[in-house]
Amino acid sequence: MQDNALLQMRKINKVFPGVKALSEVDFTLRKGEIHALMGENGAGKSTLIKVLTGVYQMDGGEITVDGEKIVIRSPQDAQNNGISTVYQEITLCPNLTVAENMYIGREENVFVRRRYYEKKADKILTELGIPARSTQQLGSCSLAVQQMVAIARAVDMKCKVLILDEPTSSLDDKEVNLLFNLMRDLKSQGVGIIFVTHFLEQVYEVCDRITVLRNGELVGEYLTEELPQVELVAKMIGKDLDELSNLGEMEEKTEVDSEVFYEAQSLSSSDALPFDFKIHKGEVNGFTGLLGSGRSESVRAIFGADKVTGGHVRIKGEDVKITRPIDAMKHGIGYLAEDRKRDGIIADLSVRENIILALQVMKGFFKPISRSEAEAFADEYIDVLNIKTASRETPIGSLSGGNQQKVILARWLLTHPDYLILDEPTRGIDVGTKLEIQKLVLKLAEEGVSVTFISSEVEEMLRTCSRLIVMRDRHIVGELKGADLNQAQVMKTIAGGESENEG
Amino acid sequence: MKDKFKRIFKGGLGQLTIPIIAIVLLVIFNLIRDPSFFSIGISHNNDGNIVLAGNLISIINGASELAILAMGMTLVTAACGGQDISVGAAAAIAGSAFVKILKASSAITWPTVIAAFLFACVVAMLFGTFNGTLVSVFKIQPMIATLILYTCGRSIAYWINGGATPTVSSPIINALGSFIPGIPVPTPVIIVIVVALVFKLVFQLTSLELFTQSVGINGSAARLNGINSTFIKLLSFIILGVCVAVAGCIGVSRLGLINHETLLLDVEMDAILAVAIGGNNLGGGKFKISGSIIGAYVIQMLTITLYAMKVSSTDVKAYKAIVIIILVVIGSPVIKSKFEKLTRKLRSNKQRVPAKGAE
Repeated sequence: MQDNALLQMRKINKVFPGVKALSEVDFTLRKGEIHALMGENGAGKSTLIKVLTGVYQMDGGEITVDGEKIVIRSPQDAQNNGISTVYQEITLCPNLTVAENMYIGREENVFVRRRYYEKKADKILTELGIPARSTQQLGSCSLAVQQMVAIARAVDMKCKVLILDEPTSSLDDKEVNLLFNLMRDLKSQGVGIIFVTHFLEQVYEVCDRITVLRNGELVGEYLTEELPQVELVAKMIGKDLDELSNLGEMEEKTEVDSEVFYEAQSLSSSDALPFDFKIHKGEVNGFTGLLGSGRSESVRAIFGADKVTGGHVRIKGEDVKITRPIDAMKHGIGYLAEDRKRDGIIADLSVRENIILALQVMKGFFKPISRSEAEAFADEYIDVLNIKTASRETPIGSLSGGNQQKVILARWLLTHPDYLILDEPTRGIDVGTKLEIQKLVLKLAEEGVSVTFISSEVEEMLRTCSRLIVMRDRHIVGELKGADLNQAQVMKTIAGGESENEG
Repeated sequence: MKDKFKRIFKGGLGQLTIPIIAIVLLVIFNLIRDPSFFSIGISHNNDGNIVLAGNLISIINGASELAILAMGMTLVTAACGGQDISVGAAAAIAGSAFVKILKASSAITWPTVIAAFLFACVVAMLFGTFNGTLVSVFKIQPMIATLILYTCGRSIAYWINGGATPTVSSPIINALGSFIPGIPVPTPVIIVIVVALVFKLVFQLTSLELFTQSVGINGSAARLNGINSTFIKLLSFIILGVCVAVAGCIGVSRLGLINHETLLLDVEMDAILAVAIGGNNLGGGKFKISGSIIGAYVIQMLTITLYAMKVSSTDVKAYKAIVIIILVVIGSPVIKSKFEKLTRKLRSNKQRVPAKGAE
């Protein structure tokens, strides 16, 4: 037994058909600590969490809470043992009040006494300093507050272990700070918090310890102050960091003077205001701006994903009409959609079928790709992009997020596009895969493919793009290149005001 | 080929497990009840042809229309995530159209029969287009959209032949409905095989299967990959229309007359059931035509078994319901995952036993 260990997981094993998701993983959470669980996608983070919360049953190992061995067969078991989880997506009901959300499903009495619960809820909310009233509709609160209400619900259930699974991915800086304050508060009350996130800075801001997983195995447990950020990344991806820095050195992204591949004049769609845009052959450019600035809507208009309402489009100098995705595809444009789950994967179909889908559509209804050809394509791209899957016949839905994204990338690469639009290809993806995708983008550009790259991480865009188009309030407000390509300038342009590039 | 067997052996029968188990259980049950139940005899029919006879033949023969409709229904289900409840009524319309042309021609010859069949196909495809347009363009739920034709279809069938129930007597029609001279297998059975082969061929020569599944599983992603989901949904209804025409013509040929009130009455529910028993998700997505075909035979075998047990025809439906509840519950995701867990446990136990022996 370790020093004041609250939760101990010993030699946890979990096998999925064909994949060993966890092998002999140990994890220890102490009283009153914030413990980051880090790893690439597919490292086993979410599997470990799901074993702990009773979503999955472990195939071997032992879990103890306060030194007592426990068996978790269902999420209910986990809650009864004081283990609560707040997921990335809010799992509460937006149309109920805050109080109702906090007590729904666990009323002590069949006759719901509204006032009693509202009082109780208000008390906890004030205790935790959450800026919400118990009678407020949950949907009227900001996302951060909704997340905090979910945490308050967990706290009220006398949880000892609180799991926060990517809680900050949809929050802005101010909201993140609010959340961190709440976490520190809970920590001082002796709650053990497991924090899963992709944001490294946040780990260093609040966490005491870090446990790193890789390929379903434990890499190690470290004190945050003893593990520099660079080393953490190295441990997560298990590679030499030279590669990381190499990418940084490829910076001489000279402006491309080749022919213009795609040119749009006052292109507009049902969701995008008219804008002008062009991209050269072999150029990597990016659209940046805050969420809702119109960056995704603009690239969707280029691909014909939304109803195109006007504008002139020229490809290689020739006038073309793109009103539907298939038109764009026929002109050599590929589009990796922002929302992988909703617009990308066909969940129940195999990796093979997902890879050949776009090519098959381009070839046409009456020219099906033969099974053996499809298998060869799938094998090739599983190999080239290093996709981790049990086999090419595995349903894509059972792959980890990063690997799903690679399959979608493979789908578009297989069509050999001249112009590839990647909308947030690295969102919710581990560092290793992120790097692989960035490298791939640069390699494609070298081969003469034009790429539009969108990411909410400005760092990433600065590293890959030679030209940045900045959007605000659904308008293009600036275009940065050369010496202007630095974080300060981008921020300034996004924020607006005295931007020199305007007009 | 060897690989394929290996795959089947390793992964089990997948979604076909339930329908196959159901059919095996029904066979075993019947063999215990009456060992001679499945005996196939050779007899002479009224025309003096040598034909196969027996319960097994009448099961396979009787399920023909159902099997054909179930195939088309599978496609509509997969693409639209809903079912067409108007297939019975539409088959009555197609059958009426078939008879109309036969009656209009002076003599019933092979060319007129083919022309009549093609006309029936066109009519059924038009009604399929009507249903399909409501579903794919106007985004009406399939069951609501097809409720319209379900309600008025038999009236339309009634108008086509001016309210009469005309008979068509011809050796050709007789051959289509029962036996072609010299061939001991009932013609409807042969037609089922032909339709199934056509489906297989279509799946091999086009991307229908991949596109239909993509549209059914994730319409939004399918659209962004350039698939015209409106067209795919419409197409599924048009293909079902062809199936409806074939089933309707078989139905007419069996009796030699068209009765717009009773032709393939209530067949739509059995067709949907066949799709469900075949392990297909009624919410759309992945599908297996073979499952639905087996499902159709399960339903027919069940019916014939009950009749053989002297259950009165009014009671048959109730008994059928009991068996179908059992089948559907066994096939439900809840029971399936429990069963999978159990087999995994058994498997890991098996692996452990020899390991101990080796120590």
